[in-house]
Amino acid sequence: MSKQTFEGAMAKLEQIVEELESGELPLEKTIKKFEEGIRLSSYCSTILDETENRISLLLKDADGRLTEQPFDQANSAAGKHGADQE
Amino acid sequence: MKQLLEDRYPLIWVTGEISNFRKPASGHFYFALKDAKAQISAVIFRNQNRNLGFKPKDGMQITGLGRISVYEPRGTYQLILEYLEPKGIGAIQIAFEKLKASLSEEGLFDEKWKKPLPYLPRKIGIITSPTGAVIHDILTVLDTRFPNLQIVIRPVRVQGKGAADEIEAAVRELDTIDGIHVVVLARGGGSLEDLAPFNSETVARAVFEANTPVVSAVGHETDYTICDFAADLRAPTPSAAAEMIVPSKADLKKRIDRTQQRLVRALQHKLQQMRAILADVSNRIVDPKRRLDDLRIRWDDIYGRLLLSVHNGIGRKKERLAWRIDRLRSYRLVQVVLDHRDRLHRNGQHLRLLSEKALGKHRSDLRELVGKLVELNPSAILSRGYSITRSLPDWKIIRNAEAVAPEQRLNIRLAEGAIEVSVADVNPRDAGTASTLHPEDDGL
Repeated sequence: MSKQTFEGAMAKLEQIVEELESGELPLEKTIKKFEEGIRLSSYCSTILDETENRISLLLKDADGRLTEQPFDQANSAAGKHGADQE
Repeated sequence: MKQLLEDRYPLIWVTGEISNFRKPASGHFYFALKDAKAQISAVIFRNQNRNLGFKPKDGMQITGLGRISVYEPRGTYQLILEYLEPKGIGAIQIAFEKLKASLSEEGLFDEKWKKPLPYLPRKIGIITSPTGAVIHDILTVLDTRFPNLQIVIRPVRVQGKGAADEIEAAVRELDTIDGIHVVVLARGGGSLEDLAPFNSETVARAVFEANTPVVSAVGHETDYTICDFAADLRAPTPSAAAEMIVPSKADLKKRIDRTQQRLVRALQHKLQQMRAILADVSNRIVDPKRRLDDLRIRWDDIYGRLLLSVHNGIGRKKERLAWRIDRLRSYRLVQVVLDHRDRLHRNGQHLRLLSEKALGKHRSDLRELVGKLVELNPSAILSRGYSITRSLPDWKIIRNAEAVAPEQRLNIRLAEGAIEVSVADVNPRDAGTASTLHPEDDGL
């Protein structure tokens, strides 16, 4: 899926706002650009929320393969050393 | 004795191993500095030991600068150290500078190789110790700034033998994992020795060669490691790194909201603008219905006025008529008529009188004329024996005998009756015809 980057979308959005604020566009164009602006802004909002929160530990097992395990912050704070099996 | 020693050895460098290390409440460090053959008591007071940059421990080889002194109450001599450093640290530092220079010359630190960080990295790799304050701080800051992220932690030893290789391997491993947008190398402050892995060539090269952007957050703010130079971005502390790699989600949301508001306001403004233009134009167009109403009103007005003026006109004429009737009445018409009748009557009488007189005259004239006329009446003449001769068929009175031809028919009117004759003979008038007169013509 070709996604516009967040930064790209924000930049386009700001550009549209400036065009609209200039008041120089004809009415139809104004409405069209407005709709695109709303679409972009909700797209940006969605992107912000879409990443799932996950913290994991990447460990190498006995065979040298890397596996992910959930990271236990409480344990780490207590000073327990990570289970790295190199 | 004190004087002797102090003068003889004003400032000396010593080297040896720390043993019996004590750190009382006063903050001064007391220990014995020893080598294979001998030992000497040593102290480094609080003011000087504050800036050591490492933690002296039993068994540590150190090099120090100090002076000999005598502790008179005990009768012992001791070393008062002004400066202390781990043994060989000088060598480490030289090696550091050398490596730095050579890598720099190779171009590993050049700006042009530094990759920009993605604006919004959704997956972050962290190479650090899995325990301790560093990872805790990083995770806390990340969570505050952007609560939904994927974070992968590759735990490593961050000091000691073998750490450099572990770190190098970790960098290369995370670099191959798809979808990691940025890698962070983090460890807290420490001595030059502690930071040694991050000053190694292997780590530096791994960091430089990584395709993923690498952020180096090693040591204190004032520590600059080779890893820092080779990385795409140096953060002064691990917490700072967390702030640098990820934007504030709350700020971004606010920005989006604000932009959306601006959009809406701009559109409203445009619509208002358009409405104003429309209203202005509409006002200048006169609604046909209104025009019709306007015309109706005018028509009513004019019609009313017309009626009024006609009414008034009629009224005036009525007035005048009434006035004239009045005047007429005031003529006492009856009387006038009577007067006229009288006059008429009198005139009639007068006229009759005159006409009778005239008539009388005319009558007498007429009688006279009638008398004459009777005398001249052809019948009277006829009765005397004369006749009227007319030709036929033209009924012309014949006076001349030559006017007729023999055999012609003639009508003769007598005093009584008429006869139709035909001409036997014609005798024109000639001289002496008077004698032809019939004797009976006497008296003519």
